Amino acid sequence: MNGLRSLILVGFAFAGIFAAAWLEAPRRWLGAQFDVLPALVVVAAMTTNVLTVGILAVSGGVLLDSLSANPLGVSILPLFATGCGLHRAQELVLRDLPYAQVILGVVATAAILLLKLILLLSLGENPIVGWGSLWQFLVTCGWSAALTPLIFRLFDTVAGLLSYRTVEPPTFRPDREILRGRH
Amino acid sequence: MLNKPYWIGFAVVLVVTLALLNLPEQVSRKARLAVGSLFVPLFGLAGFGQTLADRTSDLTASRRALLDELATLRRENVELRLQALQHAEALRENERLRELVAWQRQTPWKHKVARVIARDPEDWWRTVWIDLGSRDGVQPDLPVLTPTGLVGRTGDVGLTRTQVLLVGDPKCRVAVLVREAGENGVITAFSTSVLDHRLVDLTNLPRQSALRPGQTVQTSGLGGIFPPGIPVGTIVDSRSVGFGLYTEARVKMAADTSRLREVLVLMP
Repeated sequence: MNGLRSLILVGFAFAGIFAAAWLEAPRRWLGAQFDVLPALVVVAAMTTNVLTVGILAVSGGVLLDSLSANPLGVSILPLFATGCGLHRAQELVLRDLPYAQVILGVVATAAILLLKLILLLSLGENPIVGWGSLWQFLVTCGWSAALTPLIFRLFDTVAGLLSYRTVEPPTFRPDREILRGRH
Repeated sequence: MLNKPYWIGFAVVLVVTLALLNLPEQVSRKARLAVGSLFVPLFGLAGFGQTLADRTSDLTASRRALLDELATLRRENVELRLQALQHAEALRENERLRELVAWQRQTPWKHKVARVIARDPEDWWRTVWIDLGSRDGVQPDLPVLTPTGLVGRTGDVGLTRTQVLLVGDPKCRVAVLVREAGENGVITAFSTSVLDHRLVDLTNLPRQSALRPGQTVQTSGLGGIFPPGIPVGTIVDSRSVGFGLYTEARVKMAADTSRLREVLVLMP
C-alpha cells in the first residue's frame, strides 16, 4: 500500500514539474510560477511514512533540478527536511480540514523556498533575487495554498481507485440476535 | 527526540544529496540530461497538442481576417524586398571596401530555427529548453536570438534538446557596445528586474559615459561568444555607482524573453 502511495506521489510530482516547465501563462500573468512539490510533501508527510517522504524528496528534487538551472540535487534536502518536520506533527494537525491543509501548504512552501535559497547561496550560486522576489514568494505560497487541498483530494481519489476497498465490519451482531421459537 | 527512522532517512538523503552535489561537472551535466530526458515524450505530446490547437483555431479564422492579413503581408513583402535590394547593394559596397583595405571578409550567419519547449520551473533562473540538440549540430555557447534581438546562449546540450541561458541570467554575460556613445560594457542580471524579464543591467561602463535613454545597445563581439552587431536593446536610464567611480545603466531588451516560441540558433 505504501509502495503504491509512493508511486502515485512520484507520478504527481513528475506531472506537476512538467506542467510548471511547460505552462507559461501563470508566470506571465502573476510574475511567478507554481510549484507542486511543497503541496505533495505536505500530503506525503500527513498521510504516509518517512520512507515515502524520502522517496518523494529524492525523486521530486532530482526531477525538478534536471529541468532547472539549479545544481543537481539541491532541492532534495529542503523537501525532505520540511517533510520530516511536518511528519512529526502528523498526529497533532487536523489534516482533514481544508484550512489546515491551506496553512500547511503555505508553511511548507515558505520553508522549502527559504531552505533552498540558503543552500544555493551557501553553494556559491548566484540566483536572481531582489525585492520582486517577495512578490514571487507570496504568489508561490498562494499557489500552494490553493493546490494543497486539491492535491489531498486528488491523492485520496487516485489511491482509493488503485487500491482494494476496505471491507466495513457488518452491522449484524450475533449476540444481539432475537431468536424465536423453541431452542 | 527524533527516532530511528528519521535518523536513517536523514542519513540516506544527506548522502544522496552530497553525492549529487559533488559529482564532477561533466557527470552532473550528463546525469541532469539523462533525468530530464524522461520528460521528452511529454514535451513531444504537448507540442503536438499545441500544433493541433493552432490548426483548429486556423480553421475557424474568418475569410475577412485572412484577406486583411494577406493584404498587410503583401504590403510588408514589397517594403522588405525594397529594403533587401538596398541592403544587397550596401553589402556589395561593404565587401568592396573590405577588399580595398584588406579586412577579413564577414561570413554570413548560418542559423537553425528551434521551438521553445520548456522554461525553468524555478523563478530565480532565466533559462529555457529548445527542441534542437547535438544531433542537429548544436554545441554549447552558441548565440540564440530572435528577429528582434539577442536572446541568450546555449548551455547544456542533449541529443534532442538544449538548455538556453537567457540574457539576464547570472550565467549569461554579454559584452555589448552602446552604439551612439561608443561605450563598451557587460550585460548582467539586475536584481530589481526580477518581475520584468526585459530589463537587464549594463555594467563596467566608464564614469564619464555619455549615455542617454533610447540609445541602442548591440553585441560588441569582445566576449568571444556573440558576433558583433546583434541588437540587444535600448538604454532606459543610467546612474553613477561605486562612489562615482563607474556607471551602470538599465537596458530594455529588444527581444521579449517571456514570450518566446521560436528562436534562431547561430550555427558555427
